[in-house]
Amino acid sequence: MERLKSIEEFRDLSVFLGKEVFSPEKNMVKICCGTACTATGSRAIVRVFEEEISKKTLDLEIVKTGCQGLCQKGPVMRTEPYNYFYQRVKQNDVREIIPTTYSAGFPVRHLLYRDTFLEKPIEVMEDVPFYKKQMRVVLRNNGKIDPCSINHYIAVGGYGAAAKVFSSMSPEQVIEEVKRAILRGRGGAGFPAGVKWMHTRKAPGTIKIVIANGDEGDPGAFMDRSIMEGDPHSLLEGMLICAYAIDAHYGFIYVRHEYPLAVKNLRIAIKQAEDLGLLGKNILGTGFDFTVHIREGAGAFICGEATALVASIEGNRGFPHARPPRVSEPGGGPWGYPANLNNVETYACVPQIIENGADWFLSIGTESSPGTKVFALTGKVKNTGLVEVPMGITLREIIFDIGGGIIGNKKFKAVQTGGPSGGCIPEKYLDLPVDFDSLAKVGSIMGSGGMVVMDEDNCMVDVAKFFLSFTQAESCGKCPPCRIGTYQMLQILEKITSGNGEKGDIENLERLGKLVIAGSLCGLGKSAPNPVLTTIKYFRDEYEEHVRDKYCRAKVCNLGLLKIEQEECILCGLCKQACAFDAVKETRRSFFIDQDYCTKCKACFFACPVSAVKITKQKYIRLAEELEIPTEHIEVIERRSRMTLKDILESKPHEIVTIHKDRNVSDAVKVMSEKNVSGLFIVDENNKLVSIFTERDIVRCVFNNIPFDEILERLARRDITIFDPSTQISPAISIASRKQIRHLPVVEGDKIVGMVTFRDLVSYLLPEICFMAETMY
Amino acid sequence: MIVDEIDINEQIGEVGKILGSQEKKRGILIHALHQIQGDNGYLPEDVLKRLSKNLSLSLSEIYSVASFYKMFHFKPRGRKIVRVCLGTACYVRGSKKVLTTLENEFNVKNGETTEDLAMTLETVGCVGCCGLAPVSTINEDIIGEIVGEKKIETLISSIKEE
Repeated sequence: MERLKSIEEFRDLSVFLGKEVFSPEKNMVKICCGTACTATGSRAIVRVFEEEISKKTLDLEIVKTGCQGLCQKGPVMRTEPYNYFYQRVKQNDVREIIPTTYSAGFPVRHLLYRDTFLEKPIEVMEDVPFYKKQMRVVLRNNGKIDPCSINHYIAVGGYGAAAKVFSSMSPEQVIEEVKRAILRGRGGAGFPAGVKWMHTRKAPGTIKIVIANGDEGDPGAFMDRSIMEGDPHSLLEGMLICAYAIDAHYGFIYVRHEYPLAVKNLRIAIKQAEDLGLLGKNILGTGFDFTVHIREGAGAFICGEATALVASIEGNRGFPHARPPRVSEPGGGPWGYPANLNNVETYACVPQIIENGADWFLSIGTESSPGTKVFALTGKVKNTGLVEVPMGITLREIIFDIGGGIIGNKKFKAVQTGGPSGGCIPEKYLDLPVDFDSLAKVGSIMGSGGMVVMDEDNCMVDVAKFFLSFTQAESCGKCPPCRIGTYQMLQILEKITSGNGEKGDIENLERLGKLVIAGSLCGLGKSAPNPVLTTIKYFRDEYEEHVRDKYCRAKVCNLGLLKIEQEECILCGLCKQACAFDAVKETRRSFFIDQDYCTKCKACFFACPVSAVKITKQKYIRLAEELEIPTEHIEVIERRSRMTLKDILESKPHEIVTIHKDRNVSDAVKVMSEKNVSGLFIVDENNKLVSIFTERDIVRCVFNNIPFDEILERLARRDITIFDPSTQISPAISIASRKQIRHLPVVEGDKIVGMVTFRDLVSYLLPEICFMAETMY
Repeated sequence: MIVDEIDINEQIGEVGKILGSQEKKRGILIHALHQIQGDNGYLPEDVLKRLSKNLSLSLSEIYSVASFYKMFHFKPRGRKIVRVCLGTACYVRGSKKVLTTLENEFNVKNGETTEDLAMTLETVGCVGCCGLAPVSTINEDIIGEIVGEKKIETLISSIKEE
């Protein structure tokens, strides 16, 4: 194609391609050729399609798209017309797809998505639950266009924003628009991009540089990869607009060396854009020059940090340096030139903001974090893959609605956001709306958007150790707090998980973590202790269990005592075969584990077909022998004794029955009788607790001859004892017996949580009491 | 890339206009190291010495950069490079087991090469295929969902075949 010499020529081409490339009459098959689908065989499918087409001279175009999102069900593809969405396509299916879909117009039903085997198949992509709640802004073209074709990109309106900027906007207006849209950096920290652009523009010096950070080193994150692989032109267009706004003529894209396909596609895209006159010299005849270079990383996580990335572009060791000077200031960028550095996803948002306006962008997401965010949803969820959702969506919606819940219907334990710099968020915050600020409030970060879901089989101490070992290995070694601090923390964690934990270890971890945060030079060190600190904060009991009981409830760490439950054992002998240390001994009628030889490698635990090998706490076994109670019962007793009032309330159906303080006694009696409760909350206009009214008060009224039309407020006792939801059962019982009260109002701050009666407390301990009575007396 | 014929201006591209000659030479260093490793499989000392002459950078400076990045190796490597992903997603889905099985099977530790140079075992932070966790790569090929004995055995046999 010829080089475009003016904006008018570009507009003509855009209109032409818009009509031509994706005309509705055309038969197309859009096959995902992202990395994941390629790994599951999408290239072979493309080949079969090509063979079939040339053999039968079909009028069918193959579009090799970037990642379509649902990686787990790959290879995936879509057909045009009809828009059928096929998943887990195999080579042999191609010969079925062509006649069924393209000749007859029917879907190939066994390739359609089904939630479960019993449900009806879903025909189009938009109805699949995984895609239903998503909103595609950044990934708008992923899965629709061929990343290696600039024509496809222009046909869907690509480079329109660049043309708009060149023809009708001044650089200041562009910055103002981005600023007004409150586009926050998608790399993790959430710094407003517009402010950064302004800063770079105002920096002294005539030479400025635009840098896109594609060094996506977080384990478990791959959104930048899918943008660079699946829609490289949107990144280039975003960079071009930024270059125009800050008057830069040179651009760098820093890509991980681990992403060869991204590098390849970006190279092709840059070449095509230069040939067409959308990059390079005299862009669209406006006299503006902008060249883009690709710089490949070489496997250093720290190079995702801005100043380290700059050092790496210069060809040095990737050491971060102290700020100021920031990258946007003279002396901070590559070779001292001021530079604007943003994440790939941030640039990919820009063309949409320019085209649709800041108001459109502000209408999506939350007030402080507008727009959408791409998350890489992975871990123990049913549907893993890339999801793009508006900010402010809750974690529950992402994990359970889009992700389809936990594999094997296990119990959700935590979700880790923000990669190794982020934190683990427990179940109680599942309804947290996700944006930059709310995640920071619970101790995690948005990060680049990795989201790893963990279930009850994941040990939180082990997870923390894993993240820390990653950051410890990736620490560049420049500043001691990070280099030595993370190493020492890792040693302590190692000690805890190997069963040598001592009292005080957890406190030491917390103290060290805070020191590392305070003393480190760059973002890596400042955030490295986050996974440890958040897991201690939310899962302290698990840490304590490791230290005190030498037990790992997820059965991940090599801790605890292994024992063969004789009643369940089927005497198959597999455990004896599995044991490498001859710790499983055999008698005439049973197998047992000799604790002196056992190394707790758990080989027998995994080998047992009927799960008769149990892992328990050491002290349980001792107690079990002493009291002759099965260990499971001791476990139950211990768990119950740790329960709080809140747990009790949650475990029974309960209703908060309130009555206004201006009502009278007979009203109260009526309500109590109707609702079948023995106590009421007396509240004021604002639903704030004034007192409680119980059956005992009625007795008092009768005895003292108080008329039944007396107003409750005048009767109300002022000295009621209120309980916090976190109060444990045994202190609650002892307080209640000492004060001789039978109704325990549970209040959190100003909010009434519920009423626990003495009967609830008793019935909670009943099973144990009965059991004890039965077996012991 | 033949080290003796590096065209620095061509490698650095348009941005070379704003750079001094020494900055240009340094600017292409990492790129040049990638090329050398691509040709040889590792960074041989004699090639680095020649590179040092051509770029007029001291050998120690080149080593200081090369040793910083995990990607660069100074020892010959196996014909097949097996990378077990230990990224978060793979880790929680059990990639540790894959690693230990491979270690025992080939009698090498993580980061080592077998004596016959058949394979090198490595771990990697994340290959960006978390949807298919746990993942391993053999050279450029990605093998996903390595769950269960059978899948691990297939992985081992595909490493062994030439």
